[in-house]
Amino acid sequence: MVAALNSGLRRVHAWVLYAAAPFPVLWIYYLGLTGQLGVDPAKVIEHQLGLWSLWLIIAGLAVTPLRRFAGVNLLKFRRAIGVITFFYLLAHLLTWLVLDVQFQNVWADIVKRWYITVGMLAFVLMVPLALTSNNWSLRKLGTDTWRKLHKLVYPIAILGALHFLLLVKGFQWEPILYALVILGLLATRIRELPWASRSTPARG
Amino acid sequence: MAFRWKNTLTSDDVTPYAAYLNRRQLMAGAAAGAIAGAMPMASRAQDALEPNTWEEITSYNNYYEFGTGKDDPARNAHRLTIDPWTVRIDGLVDKPGDYSFADILSQMTVEERIYRFRCVEAWSMVIPWNGFELADLLDWVGVQSSARYVAFETAMRPEEMPGLASPVLDWPYVEGLRLDEAMHPLTMMATGIYGRDIPKQNGAPMRLVVPWKYGFKSIKSIVRISLVEEEPPASWNVTNPREYGFYSNVNPNVDHPRWSQATERRIGGGLFAKRQPTLMFNGYEEDVASLYDGMDLSEFI
Repeated sequence: MVAALNSGLRRVHAWVLYAAAPFPVLWIYYLGLTGQLGVDPAKVIEHQLGLWSLWLIIAGLAVTPLRRFAGVNLLKFRRAIGVITFFYLLAHLLTWLVLDVQFQNVWADIVKRWYITVGMLAFVLMVPLALTSNNWSLRKLGTDTWRKLHKLVYPIAILGALHFLLLVKGFQWEPILYALVILGLLATRIRELPWASRSTPARG
Repeated sequence: MAFRWKNTLTSDDVTPYAAYLNRRQLMAGAAAGAIAGAMPMASRAQDALEPNTWEEITSYNNYYEFGTGKDDPARNAHRLTIDPWTVRIDGLVDKPGDYSFADILSQMTVEERIYRFRCVEAWSMVIPWNGFELADLLDWVGVQSSARYVAFETAMRPEEMPGLASPVLDWPYVEGLRLDEAMHPLTMMATGIYGRDIPKQNGAPMRLVVPWKYGFKSIKSIVRISLVEEEPPASWNVTNPREYGFYSNVNPNVDHPRWSQATERRIGGGLFAKRQPTLMFNGYEEDVASLYDGMDLSEFI
């Protein structure tokens, strides 16, 4: 089964993901523009894009454990997942900036509101990853440096989970479940930390 | 005494606009009286007071007993049994007892009040409520002189309210007002919207409406009203006192720790609705500011 899945996946080009990625964003904006997202469409879009970003981060983090524990090889899609995550985060951020807060008190919000501070930090950390998600950067930086740099996705994922936890009112399960999934995926990597022994060939 | 709160605007005050203001907007304009005195009447201020649609008011609700999503109450609240409905009125009152909603209603004069409604989450609506003044109810049961606060409690029925399964708040939902706030002519018990019975997701059969406070103070589906001596607990205040004060008066100058309260998003403006400035006491400053004379409103949040 896994072998069939892997051989099927081999025939799918990563560009398929890039090509498909804009459609959910366009679709939700279309629904918002045509009044199909209820009475507060800006908030719905903002929250949905944030949630999708979190899904994408989880998808990216799942690639390595899927390969190690299930034998499913999605490695060639990981760069696309990462780059798409960045653009979803950007769309989430722009929706917040333009449609929600409308450029009012933006700096005060970033400094004073913890969940915004945390979310913004995650986005900023994501920028170097997006910029170096190409073969030229990989060669230029060297594999080891590039790998170390891209481990920034771990704190980014934690910040993303924290962002969600901090913004809800009262005790709610949903952000806690996301945080647990992210922590679980990170836990599968503990023996891959730089100071641990590198006995397994599959890193990243 | 019903009809204590009157529109301070007359058609003369809004002459250029009177032609296309219907009675409804005119009544809502009362709250804009303060603005009218201070600055030239802006058409935007009047536009802002056009009531939200029935659809908007009844599909976008915070009623965590039915779920934390804005559309959960509209989807789940049909399970709530509101007939029969009994309200226990107790504590420092002359005529304590279990009153049926029908009995209460038979004693009260229902009128229409168009109020701004400002949620602590920085969105707002304008809602044409039907209901009676809380003061009338309190007068009817006789408030004793030692009473200083009024405590309210929402129904707690796990079999009808799926949200109760989640420990978002310490159920049942409770709220409180100082007695002078409760007796204020603006404070009402809403039993309808747009002349129809109030929908379950909006707090049927009877809910509090305190228009100068953040929406969560306006407790829904009330089953108990107690006159007490000490400040009663209020659910959000108990959960997070730093973010939700007992008073929770709408105040654009005091931010919620996690977001600014200076502006608000008017529901119903579509995807590109422009944020509007939030008014002190939600536009009812002239009516209620004196209740808080001498209080530091950045301390008594």
